[in-house]
Amino acid sequence: MAEPSLEATGLTKSYGTFTAVSNLNLKIEGRKCVGFLGPNGAGKTTTMKMFTGLISPTQGRALVNGVDVRADKKKALASCATLIETPEIYPALTPRSALMMLSELRGVPKEERMKRIDEALGKVKMQEWEDKKVGSFSKGMKQRVNVASTLLSDPAVIILDEPSTGLDPRGMSEVRDIVKSLGNRLVFMSSHLLGEVTDVCEEVAMIDHGKLLVYDSIDNVTAKFAGDGGAAEIGFSRDADDSVVARVSKLDGLEKAVRTDPRHVTVRFKGGLPTQERLFSQLAGMNVGVVSFRETSTGLEDAYLKLIKETL
Amino acid sequence: MSSIAADGLDVRVSTFSQVQTVAKYSFQNYFRARRFYAMLVIVALIGGLLTFAFAYFRPAGIVQGPALGFYGAGWGSFVTLIAILSAALFGGDAISSEFQNRTGYFLVPNPVRRSAIYVGKWIAALAASVIILVLYAGIVLLNGLYYFPGNVPVQFGESIVFAFVFIVAALAFMFAFSALFKSAAISIMMGVILLLIVFNVIDTVATVLAKIEPWYSITYADGIIANVLMNPFPAHFTPASGKFGIPTYVATIPEGLTIMAVYFVVTAIVGLWLFEKKEFTS
Ligand SMILES: Nc1ncnc2c1ncn2[C@@H]1O[C@H](COP(=O)(O)OP(=O)(O)OP(=O)(O)O)[C@@H](O)[C@H]1O
Ligand SMILES: [Mg+2]
Repeated sequence: MAEPSLEATGLTKSYGTFTAVSNLNLKIEGRKCVGFLGPNGAGKTTTMKMFTGLISPTQGRALVNGVDVRADKKKALASCATLIETPEIYPALTPRSALMMLSELRGVPKEERMKRIDEALGKVKMQEWEDKKVGSFSKGMKQRVNVASTLLSDPAVIILDEPSTGLDPRGMSEVRDIVKSLGNRLVFMSSHLLGEVTDVCEEVAMIDHGKLLVYDSIDNVTAKFAGDGGAAEIGFSRDADDSVVARVSKLDGLEKAVRTDPRHVTVRFKGGLPTQERLFSQLAGMNVGVVSFRETSTGLEDAYLKLIKETL
Repeated sequence: MSSIAADGLDVRVSTFSQVQTVAKYSFQNYFRARRFYAMLVIVALIGGLLTFAFAYFRPAGIVQGPALGFYGAGWGSFVTLIAILSAALFGGDAISSEFQNRTGYFLVPNPVRRSAIYVGKWIAALAASVIILVLYAGIVLLNGLYYFPGNVPVQFGESIVFAFVFIVAALAFMFAFSALFKSAAISIMMGVILLLIVFNVIDTVATVLAKIEPWYSITYADGIIANVLMNPFPAHFTPASGKFGIPTYVATIPEGLTIMAVYFVVTAIVGLWLFEKKEFTS
C-alpha cells in the first residue's frame, strides 16, 4: 500500500518581481502530522494554494500522492481534503446541503453521506445549525463548517491552512482534538499556535521569506536549535520578598530570576528537563509559599525564535 | 487512487456527475436567493402592466387581431430585455463571485475540474433563466388565449425557441465576462451595458457610416425573436429613403441562429480558458 505523500520540487511562485515562494524542495511521506510554521507573509498559504490547485506555480511542481496538481488536479486531490484560509459557502445553502455537495463531488458513497455529514457536524458542534442558511453565520460558525468539510471522506492527505482561524477558545481546542483524532493519514497544517503544533504534530517545516529553513521532527528541531534553556513562572501564595527572590536565584542552574509582580517570579534556567525537574522539587521543598510552576517557553518556540529572524 | 485512501471512501467520480452536482447546488443557491425573486417580481410587473394595459385601453391593433400582432406586442417587445436581465443577474457574476466572495475556496480545492464547475454553474443559470422566460411566456399566453381563444400562431412557438437560443448564448457571453473580471459589480454592469446599449450603438453606427451588415453582433441576431412575429418578416436590407433616412439591416432567421451559435461556442471557450487560468490570490 502506497504511503500518502506531499512533494514540492523547485516550487516557486512569483508575483511580478516579488517571489512569494522560492525554489521550495520538500518531501513529506507517511501517516503523520506535519506543522507548517513561519511568520506572516512567509509563503505558507501560497505554498498550500499550489498544492490545492488554487494557483499555479511559476516554476516547479507540487505533487499530492505522486500526482502533479497542475497537470491533473482531479487525480491529485482524489484522496486529499483541503481547507485553505477561510472559504465562504454559497450563502443560500445550509451546512447540510453544502456538505452534501462536497460529499457528492468527492465520491462519498450515497448510503454513507448522511451518516458522515452528521458525524462531521457533530464534531464541530454545528448540528443545531445544520438547516439554517450559511449566509447569516458568524465567521467562526462558517469556519466550523469548513473544518467539517474536511472530515466527510476518508482522504489519505489533509491540508489545513490555519484551521482554527476565527474560532473561539473552545473551538480552537476542539479543532486540536479533531486534528489529533484524524490519525492514520498525512496531515499538513499551517499554524501560528506553536502549542497546538507541539501538541498535535510530530514534525515541522519552517519557512521564511519563501524559503524552507528546516524540515525535521519536532524533537530534532528543538534539540538542534532551541539549546537547553528554559523559562518558567513561579507563583506564590503570599508576596515574595527580596530574600525569597535571592534564595530562588541561588538555585543551581538558574540564570536569572525576576519578580514580575508581588506573587510571581519568572526564572530562566539552563540544562533542559533534568534541571527543570530538580528546580521544581527544590522550590517545593523551600517552604516559601510556592503554589505553581508554569513552563513559559516551549522548545519549539525557542527554536522558532532562533530560526526566524525579526525581519518581515 | 483508492489504494492510497485511508479506508477507500474516496473514489473517482465521473466529471459528468460532478457537473450535475454543481448544477444542482448552484441552482438551489439561485433559487433561494434574493435575485431570483427580484427577477420574478420584474416579470410579474411587466406581465401585470401589460395585462392591465390590454384590458383597460383595449388597443385595437393589438387585441382585435390578428393574433400575431398581439404576440408581437406582448412577447416580442419585452422578452429580449427580460432575457438580458436574467443573463446578467444569473450569469454576470457567476464566476467572478467565486473569487470575490471566496466561495471558490470551498469548491475549487476538491478533486473536480474547474471546467466541471463552470459548466455546472452555467446549467444552473440556464435553468433559472428558463424558469423566468417560461413564466413570462405563460403570462403572455394566458392573455393571448383570452383575446384570441384557440388561436396561437406557430410563430409564437418559434419565437420562444429563438429566445431560448438567445439566452443560451447570452449566458455563455455573461459567463465569459464574469471570468474576465474579479469584481461582481463590474462584470454585471459591463455585461448589461454591452448587451443593452453598446452593441446597439455599434450596430447602428456601422450600418449608417460604414454601410456594413452587423453580422458580428449578438443584438443584431436577437432581432429574429421579435421579427418572426411580424407579418411579413422584415426585409433583409432596406436602403436609406429620403434625405434623413438611414439604411437598415435585419438578420434572417438562419443568420440570427448562426450568429447566436457562434457567440455561444466562442464565448464558452474563452470563458472556460479564462477560468482555468485565473488564480485565487487575495
Ligand atoms: N496576489 C498577490 N500579489 C502580490 N503578492 C502577493 C499576492 N499574494 C500573496 N502575496 C505575497 O506573498 C507573500 C506570502 O503570502 P502568504 O499568504 O503565502 O503568507 P503566509 O505565510 O500564509 O502568511 P500568514 O501567516 O499571514 O497567513 C506575502 O508577502 C504576500 O504579500
Ligand atoms: Mg496564510
